[in-house]
Amino acid sequence: MKVLMFGWEFPPKIYGGLAVASYGITKGLSVQNDVETTFCMPKPTGDEEKFLKIINMSQVPVVWRDVQYDNIKDRFVGHTAEDYYRFRDHLYADFNYLQGLDDLGCIGFAGGYPGNLHEEINNFSIIAGVLARSEQFDIIHAHDWLTYPAGVHAKMVSGKPLCIHVHATDFDRSRGKVNPTVYSIEKNGMDHADCIMCVSELTRQTVINQYHQDPRKCVAMHNAVYPLSEEYQAIVPHKNPKEKVVTYLGRITMQKGPEYFIEAAKRVLNRSRNIRFCFAGSGDMMNAMIDLAAAYGIADRCHFPGFQRGKQVYECYKNSDVFVMPSVSEPFGIAPLEAMQCGCPSIISKQSGCGEILENVIKVDYWDIDAMADAIYSICTNEALHKYLAEEGMKEVDGITWEKVAIRIRSCYDQLINRGYFDVNDYKA
Amino acid sequence: MKTICLYFEIHQPVHLKRYRFFEIGTDHYYYDDYENERAITETAQKSYIPALSTMLEMTKMYGKQFKVAFSLSGVAIELLEVYAPEVIELLQQLAETGCVEFLAEPYSHGLSSLANEEVFIEETKRLAKKIKEMFGQTPKVMRNSSLIYSDEIGALAGRMGFKGMIAEGAKHILGWKSPHFVYNCAMDPNVKLLLRDYKLSDDISLRFNDSSWNEYPLFADKYVDWIAQLPEDEQVINIFMELCALGIFQPLSSNILEFLKALPAVAKQRGIVFATPSEIISKTKSVGPMEVVYPVSWNDEERDTSCWLGNGMQREAFNKLYQEADRILACKDRRIKQDWDRIQASNNFRFMTTKPASVGMYRGFYDSPYDAFTNYMNVLGDFIKRVQDLFPMEVESDELNALYTTIHNQGEEIAVRDNEISRLRARLEKYEPTPDAESPKSMKTEPAEKPAEKKPAAKKAPAKKPAPKKEAAPKKETIAKKAPAKAKK
Repeated sequence: MKVLMFGWEFPPKIYGGLAVASYGITKGLSVQNDVETTFCMPKPTGDEEKFLKIINMSQVPVVWRDVQYDNIKDRFVGHTAEDYYRFRDHLYADFNYLQGLDDLGCIGFAGGYPGNLHEEINNFSIIAGVLARSEQFDIIHAHDWLTYPAGVHAKMVSGKPLCIHVHATDFDRSRGKVNPTVYSIEKNGMDHADCIMCVSELTRQTVINQYHQDPRKCVAMHNAVYPLSEEYQAIVPHKNPKEKVVTYLGRITMQKGPEYFIEAAKRVLNRSRNIRFCFAGSGDMMNAMIDLAAAYGIADRCHFPGFQRGKQVYECYKNSDVFVMPSVSEPFGIAPLEAMQCGCPSIISKQSGCGEILENVIKVDYWDIDAMADAIYSICTNEALHKYLAEEGMKEVDGITWEKVAIRIRSCYDQLINRGYFDVNDYKA
Repeated sequence: MKTICLYFEIHQPVHLKRYRFFEIGTDHYYYDDYENERAITETAQKSYIPALSTMLEMTKMYGKQFKVAFSLSGVAIELLEVYAPEVIELLQQLAETGCVEFLAEPYSHGLSSLANEEVFIEETKRLAKKIKEMFGQTPKVMRNSSLIYSDEIGALAGRMGFKGMIAEGAKHILGWKSPHFVYNCAMDPNVKLLLRDYKLSDDISLRFNDSSWNEYPLFADKYVDWIAQLPEDEQVINIFMELCALGIFQPLSSNILEFLKALPAVAKQRGIVFATPSEIISKTKSVGPMEVVYPVSWNDEERDTSCWLGNGMQREAFNKLYQEADRILACKDRRIKQDWDRIQASNNFRFMTTKPASVGMYRGFYDSPYDAFTNYMNVLGDFIKRVQDLFPMEVESDELNALYTTIHNQGEEIAVRDNEISRLRARLEKYEPTPDAESPKSMKTEPAEKPAEKKPAAKKAPAKKPAPKKEAAPKKETIAKKAPAKAKK
C-alpha cells in the first residue's frame, strides 16, 4: 500500500507538536512492511531519518526549465534528480506568472510559519498537483490545515481517497474567535475528506459540531509517545529535598491557560512556601504572567526560564515533582505523556484530549483553580500519592505506542480502500 | 432440619464535603449536610421503611417462625436519629416481637480491626451499649464492618465475650468445605462462625431483578427449592446482605418484598425453619476450626481487604488515621470523638480504590481515586492537627505513648484488683461475719486514685511522677493477694 502524505513539519526541525506526531505516525507505519509512505514537506533539512521517502516541495518543479543532469544532480535534499525529471514530465499548467521561481522552476519555501503563510499554503497545493500526476499511490493523508488544500488538490487529480488528520482546529487556538480564512480552509478540507482522523474525541466533537461534518466519517485517533531515548533516561534529576517544583511547560499563550496556573500557585503559596513554580516556555502572554506573579507577591517563587528545547525539556520534567497542563482547549497535548515517562505526576485540564486515554493523572476543569491548587498541594505533601502516580503513570504511558496508533490508522486505510468510504461504526479500535 | 439465617446490614456513611487544603486549620466541619440528608432519607423511603414494615408484617403473619438479624453501625444510627427516626421506631417495634436479633459491630463501620485492637474493642463495646439502650438487647454475636474476618479478629471477639461471629464464606478460605455448617475460630474454639453463602445471598441482592440472568424471574418456591435440595447434612444456610438490597439495589417494583414475604410460608412447606445467629450458635455444634490467616470480607470478587487497602494511597491514609488512635482514645473532646467515628468509615477508603470494578462503582462526588484521596487527606490533615493541639507540643509522642501505656496498664490492673478484692471479700464474709479491717481500706483508696491519675494525662508533669511509683508499689500487693486466693481454691 502506498500512502502519499502531506505534512508541514518533521524532526529534527521541530516547531510544535505536529512534527512529533508526523514522525510517530510515519515511523509506526514503517513497521508494517507493506506500507510505503511518501512524505511531502515544504523544506526538509536533509537530516531526517531515512525510514521513509521524503519529497522536498521546494524542489518540485511547477514550470519547465531546461537543466542538465550533471549540473543539478547534487543539489537535491530529500528526493533525487531522477524524481525531478519525472515531476517535470507532469507539469499541468503555466505557472510562469508566479513570483520567486528559481532556476529549477521550483517555488521556494521559507519553512516554518512565516508571515506569508497563506501564500505558501497555496503554493504547496499547486505543487501537490504535480505530485499527484507523477506519483503512484493508493491513499492521501494530509496533516493539519496547512496541507488540507494540497490533499484536496491531490484527490481531485487522482481520485484517490483523502484522509485528513486534525491535530488542532482554529477553535482550540482562538478560544472560539476563529479566523475566517483559516476556518474556510479547514472546512473545505474536511468537506472533501473521506475520513477525518481527530487526535481526540474532544476534537472530533469540535469537527462534528463546529465544522458540521458527518460523524460517521470522523474517528478519534489518539496520539502516542516514543519511549525515552537512553540519553534522556540517563538524566539525573537535581532535586532539593526541602523544596518541591511544580512545572508548566508549553507556549505561554491563551490556549494553554497560564493564568489559571498562577492563580493556583497563589493559593498553594498561601499555605506552603517551600514549593516553586516553573513556567518553562515563551509566548505572547509571558510578560503579562510575570506582571501577574509580581502583583500577587509570589514572584520570588515563580520562575520563567524561557523556551526549552531538546534535552532541556526532559531535564525540566525530571527535576519536577508535579507537571501541570491547565489548557483551556487542548486537542491532544503530548506533554503530560512525556512528563509521565520521566516519572513526574501530571495534572491536566479536563479540556485536554489526552485525558481521554490517561487514567493515572489528575484531571480538573481548567477554570477550577481551587481543585487545581488542591491537587498540586496534595501531590506535594502526600508522598503516597506522588509515588502512586509516578509509578503507575510510567507503566501506563509505556503501553501507549505509535505502533498501536499506526495499526489503527492502517485499519482505516483498509476500510477506505476496500469499500471506498469510511464509517466509524464499522471501525474497531 | 435446615435452618435459614437471615441477616441485614444497616449502614450509611456520613459523606464528606469538598474540603480544600486552604481550609485546613480554619474549618473544622467536614460533612456535606445536604448529601447526608438526601442519601439517608432516600434510602429510608425507598428501602429501610418498606422493608422493615414488611418484616414487621411478617412477624405478625408467621409469629416466631420468622426470624431475622440486623446490625447497625453507630454512624448510621446517628444519621437515622436525626433524619429518619421512623426507621428506628420500626426497628424497636421489631425488637419487641422477639423475632429479631441485633448484632454488634464497630461503631464507625471502619477498619479498626486491622489497625488497633483497643480502638476496635472500644467502639464495638460502645455500639453494643447503644444497641442495649435502644433495643433492649445485649448483642451476643459479632459482625465486623463488611464482614472483615481473620483468626485474630475472631479471637478478639472471643475476648470481648462474643459467642460467635459472622463472616464471608469465601471460596479461598473454604476450599472444598461448604458454608452450610457451623465452624469455629481457629484461635478460639469458643467463637463459632457462621459463613455467608454468597451464591444464595447474591441471588437476591445482586441478581433478583436482572432479566439477563438465566434464573430470572426468581420466585420464592424456586429459591427455597434450591435450599431444600442441598445435601441432607448441610443444615445452616446463611443469607446475609445489606438492607439496601431490598429497595435500592433491587427496586421495589421488582416485587422483592413480596418475594421476602413468601419465603417463610414456602420454607414451612418444605420443613425449613428460620433462626437468628445466636440461636444457631447455641444449638449447633461446630464441625471444626476454620483457618483464616489473611482477612476476608464480603467485598468484590477477591473477598479481601484490597478495596480499602489495595493501593499505596489507601494504606497511607489508613496509617495516618490510626497513628492518632492512642491520643484519641485518651481525649475527652466529644466533637473529636464524633469526627473520629465518621472519618473512620470504610467507605472513605473505598472511594480511593484504583481497582477496575466489575459492578458499577459508586464514587460519590469524587472524580477519581486521587480526588477522593486528596479530599480525605485534607480532612485528615485538619483532624490530626486538632488532635495534636489537644496536647502540648513539647510532649514527645514517644513520651506520650509511654504515659498512655502506663495509664492503660494501671486501669487494667485496677480492674483485675477490684475483681480480686470483691472475690476475697465474698469469701471473707463467708468465713468471718466481721470483715477484716485491712482489705476494705485498700479497696477504698484504689478507686479514688484512679480518676486522679487519668486526668493529668493532658499535662505532662503531674502524670509522670505518680505513675512509676504506683506501678511498683501496688504490684506486690496484687501478687501477695493473688497467692492466698489461689491457695484457697
